[in-house]
Amino acid sequence: MTTTLLDPTGELDPVERQPLSKPASLDGLTLGLLDISKARGNIFLDRLDTLFTERGITVKRYKKPTFTRPAPVALIQQMATEVDVVVEGLAD
Amino acid sequence: MELPEGFVAVVKQDCPTCVLVDPILKEMESRGTPVTVYVQDDPAFPTVSRVIDDRALEHSFHLNIETVPTLIKVEAGHEATRIVGWERAEWEAFTGLSKLGEGLPGYRPGCGSKSVEPGIAERLAISFGDVQFGARAVELPSLQDDIEYCFEHGWSDGLPVVPPTEERVYRMLQGTRRAADEVLGLVPPNHSECTITKVAINAVMAGCKPEYLPVVIACVEAALDPAFCLHGLLATTWFSGPMAIVNGPIRASIGMNWRGNLLGQGNRANATIGRALQLLVRNVGGGRPQGADQSAFGTPVKYGSCFAEDDATAWTTLAEDRGIAAGASSATLFSADGPIGCADQKSREPKGLITSLAGTLVAIDHHRMANAADVVIVVGPEHGRVFDSAGWSKADAVDALQSATRIHGHDLGMGTDKSAAAAAHADGDGTLAKFREGGIHLVRAGGDAGMFSAIIPGWLVKGELGTDPVTREITP
Repeated sequence: MTTTLLDPTGELDPVERQPLSKPASLDGLTLGLLDISKARGNIFLDRLDTLFTERGITVKRYKKPTFTRPAPVALIQQMATEVDVVVEGLAD
Repeated sequence: MELPEGFVAVVKQDCPTCVLVDPILKEMESRGTPVTVYVQDDPAFPTVSRVIDDRALEHSFHLNIETVPTLIKVEAGHEATRIVGWERAEWEAFTGLSKLGEGLPGYRPGCGSKSVEPGIAERLAISFGDVQFGARAVELPSLQDDIEYCFEHGWSDGLPVVPPTEERVYRMLQGTRRAADEVLGLVPPNHSECTITKVAINAVMAGCKPEYLPVVIACVEAALDPAFCLHGLLATTWFSGPMAIVNGPIRASIGMNWRGNLLGQGNRANATIGRALQLLVRNVGGGRPQGADQSAFGTPVKYGSCFAEDDATAWTTLAEDRGIAAGASSATLFSADGPIGCADQKSREPKGLITSLAGTLVAIDHHRMANAADVVIVVGPEHGRVFDSAGWSKADAVDALQSATRIHGHDLGMGTDKSAAAAAHADGDGTLAKFREGGIHLVRAGGDAGMFSAIIPGWLVKGELGTDPVTREITP
């Protein structure tokens, strides 16, 4: 059974949560590369690492233990506190 | 709603009187009187030939059935009159049939209709009535936890909120006679329209009972009065948030606390009424910490602050001081930081107590600042007794506090206007008032034991440029 709630707000925003707006530039930002442990994702991310680093962008690498489950809370918290932007490899 | 001609009976199998009258309804039918039976639970229960399944209770809702069995006489498709329960003479007169139900007891009262069972009436009113909430309905994804959803959408002050379902909001709206779509004003900082429905939704989330809603509405009305300056109070870097003090008979009817721990936890009305106002500011107004709310520290008051005054002391009440008629209930909104305790366990006469209170009051904002924020002093029963036994009125105490808190000109600093300081030297005794005229508010409340009072300063910016206390009568 679905639950219906009545909106408590001034209804200025859409009901769906909006993603943060994308940064206009990566200058001065720290970029995270998240490997979800899918086969060969690391090759794609290694190449991105090289390209971003060549452009002077700080890159940090992260890895989920398995692609079959959501990222552990500790990993999400670590990324949220260490980087401004994340690139995630989603498929083989 | 068009009804079948003849008689309509509304019954449920779970009612012994309905079971008793079932053969009588069959007897009416067999004697040529048309009978249609609406059944609320088991459609196989009635023995007459025309049975309408009303397990959804839509017919019972529209017919406004409170008791089963109800027997309705229908003329030209509409109800002419009705009787409830079973009383032979009444049924015989009503149906025009003599010797009904021979051998059965002469009288049995009916049972409650399923349509008025607790929790059902709201559901039926929402499903079948003409309920317009005037708020966007948000359907949660399946398996989504409703409380977590409220957190994720930023609807919470950091503590769990009660999810505002349609049933809960409908029940909350029964707490007032005001129309759900009545607009109370625009809530800063986004200046979004605030309807009674939006107040009710946030009151549900705060944990209020429907009978608290008139108090919450009065608080919202006071907050939206330009004199209260909600926008500035919300945006200031200072600590303050809104604090409501309630007077009058509604305090007792909704079980508010004006005794021990009244500023603390444990009383639902005290805890949730102020929270409802703050959730409304957050949700309808869009005022959020580190957004429009730029408070450097905040204060626990901003989770919501509301308490009642002890109206039965020798002093005039806050409501009387502010022109509210005797017997009426009211809410007065102040800006408030946290309480500062003042202990004086020795003074047995008012002068000593004034000296103690004044010493604490002078430190408000800064010990060298004149014309500081307004202050509410909650005078505890044991301190109140010292004033009462010496025959001091509230006005006597306020005057004495004003005199005892004046700042000497050579001590002035920290925000005190230099020209005012010069004036203090030029005339009079070279002192300036710590508090503006009318800036000391005394109320009586607190636990029986403890020779303490609670000093609650407010927002530094007061009067025309800032905030003034605002009182609103609480009406149904």
